[in-house]
Amino acid sequence: MSATADPPPAPAGSAAERSWTVRLRRRAVAALPPEKLLPDGQPTYVASWIYVFGVLTLASLATLILTGVILSLKGPAWWHVSGIGHFFNSMHLWSVELFFFFMVIHLWGKYWMAAWRGGRARVWITGAITFLIAIPCALTGYVSQQNFDAQWISTQAKDAMNSVGVGAFFNLLNFGQMYSYHILLLPAAVVVLVIAHVLLVRRHGVVPPFELQDKLKAARMGHTDGEVQS
Amino acid sequence: MSRADRKRENEAARVWKGGYRPYDLVKEASIAFGAVLLLAVVLTVLFSSPDDPPSTVKQWSRTDPVDFVTTAVSQLDGTSGTATYGPPYNHNSDGQHIAFLRPQKWLGVSHPIDAPQDFVLAPLHSITGQPALTAALAVYQAAPSKLQTAWTTNYTNALAKAKPGPGDSVIIPAGRYGPVPIMMNALLSFAQGGGLDGTLLTNRQFYQTDYTKPLMLMADGSVLANRAQAEHLLGEQWGMMNETGSYPGQVWLWLYTFWYQIKPFSTSNNADILVMAIMGVLSLAFVLVPFLPVINRIPRWIPIYKLIWREHYASLSPKPSPAQPMPPPAVNAPG
Repeated sequence: MSATADPPPAPAGSAAERSWTVRLRRRAVAALPPEKLLPDGQPTYVASWIYVFGVLTLASLATLILTGVILSLKGPAWWHVSGIGHFFNSMHLWSVELFFFFMVIHLWGKYWMAAWRGGRARVWITGAITFLIAIPCALTGYVSQQNFDAQWISTQAKDAMNSVGVGAFFNLLNFGQMYSYHILLLPAAVVVLVIAHVLLVRRHGVVPPFELQDKLKAARMGHTDGEVQS
Repeated sequence: MSRADRKRENEAARVWKGGYRPYDLVKEASIAFGAVLLLAVVLTVLFSSPDDPPSTVKQWSRTDPVDFVTTAVSQLDGTSGTATYGPPYNHNSDGQHIAFLRPQKWLGVSHPIDAPQDFVLAPLHSITGQPALTAALAVYQAAPSKLQTAWTTNYTNALAKAKPGPGDSVIIPAGRYGPVPIMMNALLSFAQGGGLDGTLLTNRQFYQTDYTKPLMLMADGSVLANRAQAEHLLGEQWGMMNETGSYPGQVWLWLYTFWYQIKPFSTSNNADILVMAIMGVLSLAFVLVPFLPVINRIPRWIPIYKLIWREHYASLSPKPSPAQPMPPPAVNAPG
């Protein structure tokens, strides 16, 4: 096969112009061209350990999913009777502890950077919702353990769910329902939100630093020489 | 900082027009994954994970038969926590509320539990070959409710003086209990043989995944709470955010659990809905931080950003020109 040049733009009113597929592709590529999606350079101000915690959160999520898939392959009772199963359950537990640890530091870091500036509010919102969805995701895991912890946590937490009416479709005492929430519904929500969050970060870029007061003063007087410009 | 300054600063943050440096995203992500995987393995090897076996009705009725029978009688006379819970288990109370809002009632009774029937009468009816029990059940169910209550109240009071008898049985002083002792002794034997665990799980299907009934029954007794207290898991001990043993548990629930430790929540009958309402408002505020006045300005006022971007700000400072004469060293200065 020989390399082909990009097709010429479709004339207005043509079939290609009306194609939903073509329109979606154009919008996707315009919003996130490949060099933005997978960049090989980053702004010079990205030079702090705090930036590592975003990718560490993603790495913890990957570890969680990997160990969760292994546990799912053998079923929920496996880890109680198998040393290997217990090992992977322990990895799953420590992955979730690391996930929340890294995510909380990441969120605090982004708060102190006011990372919503410059049209990045949706980046913050998707990150915050991910944190909030991750909490019931972990809770359903704790009540799916089929041990005393599961019994105690489920019987204690049910009252809060029942008090707001959620208990009708989120019954912490129903192992089958909680297991479904834990291995499918809530992780899927977390993964979708994380993908949206990362794509928004790639689209808008990492938030630039605050301008220092003297630069702001200069900008107010019309002497803009800064690196950050609209 | 004026509103115009804030707007200008916000607009200026849209696009970075300064320098870039080489960056290998895929390499960084791969290294991070490897490092976290290794860290999880190290933590696993060092600390493993807890797995205390679950309690069962069989074990509970054998180790603490008095508590089991006391709980069973409270199910029979409708005074237990489950029997008086309200939605989603029954209609016997309105549940918790905030002002006139009672969301607990909105979706009705989705997991019906008839405590006397499900926990006592139906299991007893499933026992065959015991004419005395059959007769006792007939007497009890034919009696007026006032008489039933008198029997169960007398029996409950007598249980305070009960002693463990031979074969994990319960011995109580003689009294006017009607057929209740025969029923309770039969239920205790049934539970000690493991029959009640199975009966509470069984419904119209072969496969079972719903443990609502056995867990509600055990939660009405002391079996779970006694174990939880020994493991420092009670509500006043920061409760369910902890795990058995010395594991970190769900530490991310600290704020949720915190409210239960202070008044008025620690003493309120509506603590759960109040705490959920507070956490709902705080969660919404958390999501909407970019739009909250004051909260969204704090990062500008407390200059932690200068620490985060110290290299960037240092690079903006004018460097001394090599052509400029350096000031003389201050050695041998007088004084």
